[in-house]
Amino acid sequence: MAILNALTQGILLGGLFAMAALGLSIAFGVLRVVNLAHGEIMTLGAYLAFVTISSLGVNVWISLLVLVPIMGFVGYWVQRALLQRALRLSELSPLLVTFGISIIIPNVLIEIFTNNKKAIPTGDLAVQSITITEGIRIGVLPLLTMVVAIVLIAGMQLFLAQARIGRYMRAAADDSETLRLMGVDHRKVYAFAMALAFAIAALAGVFFGMRQGGVTPFDGQLTVLFAFEAVIIGGLGSLWGTLAGGIVLGVAQTMAGLVGPELPLLVGNLVFIAILVFRPTGIVQSKVAV
Amino acid sequence: MSQLVAGSVRIDRYRRRLLTTGIVGGAVLAVLALAPYVVDPSITSTWIKLFYLITLATMWNLLAGYAGMVSVGQQAYIGLGAYGLFVFNDLGLDPYSSALVASVAVGVIALPLSFVAFRLRGGYFAIGTWVIAEAVRQVIIRFDSLGAGRGRSISNYTADPIFRNLFTYWLALGVVALALVATVFLLRSRMGIALQSIRDNEIAARAVGIKVNRTKRTVFVVAAMGASLAGSLICLQAIGVASPSQIFSVSYSAFMIFMVLIGGIGTIEGPIIGAAIYYVMDLYFSQLGLWYLVALGVLAVLVTLFLPKGIWGELSSKFNLTIFPVGHRVIPDERATASLRQATRTEVPS
Repeated sequence: MAILNALTQGILLGGLFAMAALGLSIAFGVLRVVNLAHGEIMTLGAYLAFVTISSLGVNVWISLLVLVPIMGFVGYWVQRALLQRALRLSELSPLLVTFGISIIIPNVLIEIFTNNKKAIPTGDLAVQSITITEGIRIGVLPLLTMVVAIVLIAGMQLFLAQARIGRYMRAAADDSETLRLMGVDHRKVYAFAMALAFAIAALAGVFFGMRQGGVTPFDGQLTVLFAFEAVIIGGLGSLWGTLAGGIVLGVAQTMAGLVGPELPLLVGNLVFIAILVFRPTGIVQSKVAV
Repeated sequence: MSQLVAGSVRIDRYRRRLLTTGIVGGAVLAVLALAPYVVDPSITSTWIKLFYLITLATMWNLLAGYAGMVSVGQQAYIGLGAYGLFVFNDLGLDPYSSALVASVAVGVIALPLSFVAFRLRGGYFAIGTWVIAEAVRQVIIRFDSLGAGRGRSISNYTADPIFRNLFTYWLALGVVALALVATVFLLRSRMGIALQSIRDNEIAARAVGIKVNRTKRTVFVVAAMGASLAGSLICLQAIGVASPSQIFSVSYSAFMIFMVLIGGIGTIEGPIIGAAIYYVMDLYFSQLGLWYLVALGVLAVLVTLFLPKGIWGELSSKFNLTIFPVGHRVIPDERATASLRQATRTEVPS
């Protein structure tokens, strides 16, 4: 029963990893930029939640309405002001710029908020759970995280397939030159994709913070690795694959937790390395490139 | 009439300049090696840090600047170098030989790890190396004999602190000299040209018959060995490792990237300048605490965007400077041209 329970919790944890990975996938899929600061953007989102909740006295859901658009706006201008220039210079430049950003954010956060964990209050959501059978209880928050992750992925697929800007994004990913010839400013499309990536990252960061009971400045160094592992395990270019990758990683971690409390991260990393060696294309083969 | 006739050019590898650099470099090395006899050893021991910073920057530049592999996981090999020193020291070797043996061992470990990392490209390669570094740390802390998660100190160490400093100083000097000499010779060899073509266009390089993966793997292993030696030096200077999370910290990658970017990526001189700048900044500004790290990050972003060639890159393109010549140039061969002209004259009498 403990195994079954760990399996359930692992699957739900996978929803969180998939949500964290979504922004990374969008940025890479459209711009071919791996945002090394992705984890720090998540952390920043969580801190914005802390600030809005503690200063405005609203609950976490209202704070999302504020911080998600703000982070989208930030993403738009980071792309236009910094990354667009870096993209023109060389292949290495965007990596180096995002790595620089990933150094700046946590250290500024420590200077402002100290190293202590800042709570993101969720009312009693974090402790509520549904008992399925004896020994298996599903937390409401992990379940909600999973639902949001699925809705986001489905929405993203629909958006890329149907919406005009979504189709521009796929076109920009394939051939930005031709998109320009069609009279579309590819820089705006790129910036919009980055805005989306930042907004979703911030949302994922808030969910991560709620699950952890709060946020600390260096959380991003951990979450970026989880997000990245989910992407690679699932297979590049497939959003549903990322969900599957997140679930594999989540299950690996919770199962390892049964054996020893210090094992989850190590086993998660080893599973990732094993997938990379034996199935480098990921567990889900992608049909459409995002 | 100075007209180029086919066959009358030769490739110049700047041999004379290399010879000058070699002589001057050898002299500098000799002066630095003898420095502890003149200057107080407590002063020279503060230079150890500069030496291992130059080593780290040079090795990261070899990876990213010449082979196009941006790694943010070199801390894996820094940490392994430090912990390898414990392993061989415990087996009875003195700490300095342990550092050398450990670097060979780390090279042996880096080879299979390269097969994992090379599954990924570009940015994903970067995060992949980071995951590998995390996994290595998590494996190391499972060993109680290595201090588990707490760090440990070197057990069989030179008792006399003055000699301890001296030996570490000479080792650090030897390591940085070796790193620079190895880099110059690697880049002057056939492999150097192969590397630069891989960095510029991997597919084209493959198409002209360059063994891309083997070349990159060699550099990966060499860079790991260099990082390992730097890690051993960090460990020697601190007489141990404060904590595994410190020696396996991703901030080492941040410092390496910073030094190489500021100095000039893809040049041999740049990382040396970058390391010197970082060393001085660290000496005077590190008491500013975290704002100092923030400033490093901001500078790294600004330099990438607005000074992509770095300080040395700008200087060398403006004044045509090179200290470590690795390039080629085509120059007219006076003797060949003269003899060819002679031949033409005799064949076609006017």
